Amino acid sequence: MTAPIRCREDETFVLNLGPQHPATHGVLRVKLTMDGEYVVKAEPVLGYIHRMHEKMAEDRTFAQFMPNTARMDYLHALAYNHGYVLTVERAAGIEVPERAEYIRVITVELNRLTSHLLWWAAFLLDLGGFSPLLYAFDDREQILDLLERVTGSRLTYCYFRFGGVYNDIDDDFITGTRNFIKRLRSRLPRLYHDLVTKNIILIKRLKDIGFVSKEQCRKYGATGPLLRGSGVQFDIRKNEPYSVYPEFDFDIPVYDEGDCMARYMVRMDEIEQSMRIIEQALDKLPDGPVRAKVPKILKPAAGDYYAAVEAARGSFGCRLVCNGDKSPYRLKLRSPTFSNLSLFGEVAEGMLLADALAFMGSLDLVIPEIDR
Amino acid sequence: MNIVEQTRIALLELFPDLAAADAEARAKAEAEAAEAAEAVAPVEAEQEVTAAAATGEAETATPPPAEESAEAATPETKAAAAEKEPAAEGPRQNGVAVGDYDRHGVHLDVLCDPQQVVAAAEILDQAGFFIEAITGVDWLKEDQMEVIYDYNRNDGRLCRVVVRTRIPRAEPELPSITNVYPGANWHEREAYDFFGIRFLGHPDLTRILLPEDADFYPLLKDFTL
Repeated sequence: MTAPIRCREDETFVLNLGPQHPATHGVLRVKLTMDGEYVVKAEPVLGYIHRMHEKMAEDRTFAQFMPNTARMDYLHALAYNHGYVLTVERAAGIEVPERAEYIRVITVELNRLTSHLLWWAAFLLDLGGFSPLLYAFDDREQILDLLERVTGSRLTYCYFRFGGVYNDIDDDFITGTRNFIKRLRSRLPRLYHDLVTKNIILIKRLKDIGFVSKEQCRKYGATGPLLRGSGVQFDIRKNEPYSVYPEFDFDIPVYDEGDCMARYMVRMDEIEQSMRIIEQALDKLPDGPVRAKVPKILKPAAGDYYAAVEAARGSFGCRLVCNGDKSPYRLKLRSPTFSNLSLFGEVAEGMLLADALAFMGSLDLVIPEIDR
Repeated sequence: MNIVEQTRIALLELFPDLAAADAEARAKAEAEAAEAAEAVAPVEAEQEVTAAAATGEAETATPPPAEESAEAATPETKAAAAEKEPAAEGPRQNGVAVGDYDRHGVHLDVLCDPQQVVAAAEILDQAGFFIEAITGVDWLKEDQMEVIYDYNRNDGRLCRVVVRTRIPRAEPELPSITNVYPGANWHEREAYDFFGIRFLGHPDLTRILLPEDADFYPLLKDFTL
């Protein structure tokens, strides 16, 4: 005989959100202490898909670790490719041909579009709107087809190489990309903004929900759209320019409200900005080689190296400690969502459960990137 | 004064000896620069007079003194920075080194005692930095563990600071900075999880990514599969 369920004296109860829950997008568990519909305490429990990429790195050559980078943030895999190659190129002193830099920017930005589109789709699904998912996936599929042509894969790209990229882009890719941008531009105002952004239900679910202050962002090391939604203009692409980003004219969308709607708007505006960057990069695309001559086995000089890129979720950094060997002595991967999620507990306190889920969705979590 | 120099001076508070020496060197450099600037003016005027007298040689004669004065000012400041650069041989001494940003990706590289990490965090917190990551490196041969704190700022002024400290491998303990940066909580738990580094004063130092019943620290160099 099992004992009858008794309420605790203070009438709170523990609710497990996940690890298998559609709103956690992957295997995240949040231990919620609830008082009725209100969250008293929220404790994310991580590590369900921890794979110890950092240990794997110590056991492989620099090039062999490349595929691992895409398996962290599988939605913006090329940014992770980029962050890793930048670090190793910095350590080994490798110059990258200009055309390769442009191709990197074009593909990374296309990938950022897929990431934001998927976030949009999944976020609205969390909030109870099903059909936007179909529109977003329709558009996203087009980009995946384009990227598949040049990279050979649809999700976990391993396209960048030290000193360039694996494969040159062709005219079909260029015209395909231009057509796609034209198409997304025509669809954005009606299907995305008229139908969803201006929807009163969405606005009521997001406005003034999940307020995160500037100071909280700083104390927790939050970056990406979460930080920009709190009124801080910080984007590694502008603040610490890498690759050929300084060549392009683009804006960093910033909203001061700090609520879920602000973060939503930041990402929607970033879609526009990414399209602007891609167009300019296609216009300016120089001729030339796409890969520098680089030795097969790299042995960077002993020392510490750091490089960061702006991924769709925030700043992704690699700290590489070399001891002159053919594999890293230590590789620390700083993933943005790990820091972003760490403020969830503080902010979710006192929220309604449904609002806490909206807030979680607005953080744009990708669990494999947190768990690494 | 730019942000890197500002932060460097703020961080020198950790090392009173170095701070005094640095302040002296800076005062000296400034005085010399001022002196040189003063000296240049009359010299140039003088030379203009002589140049007017002896036409032709004027162009070649004027530049050197100006160059000399510029050189006189910079080596002092460079020497002050070089003092804290890691010596090529022997272990590095505590201090604030100006990093080669293009080569290593950081502007300031601080080496301090384990007990000083909280003070360093407080200085950087005051200066408006945010904590980016905390991690360890296992130096098995030296029987030491290095703890690395990455700081960055988000106000558009570029300055990356790395604070590092070394602790004995047998007893990997140092104070926690969670009271300064609540965001350090998870990063410290991660360093504990991977290296077994114990952060004293941490509110909840438990496994974060590995299972709670794990009895190993995977990133230690003597942990092999």
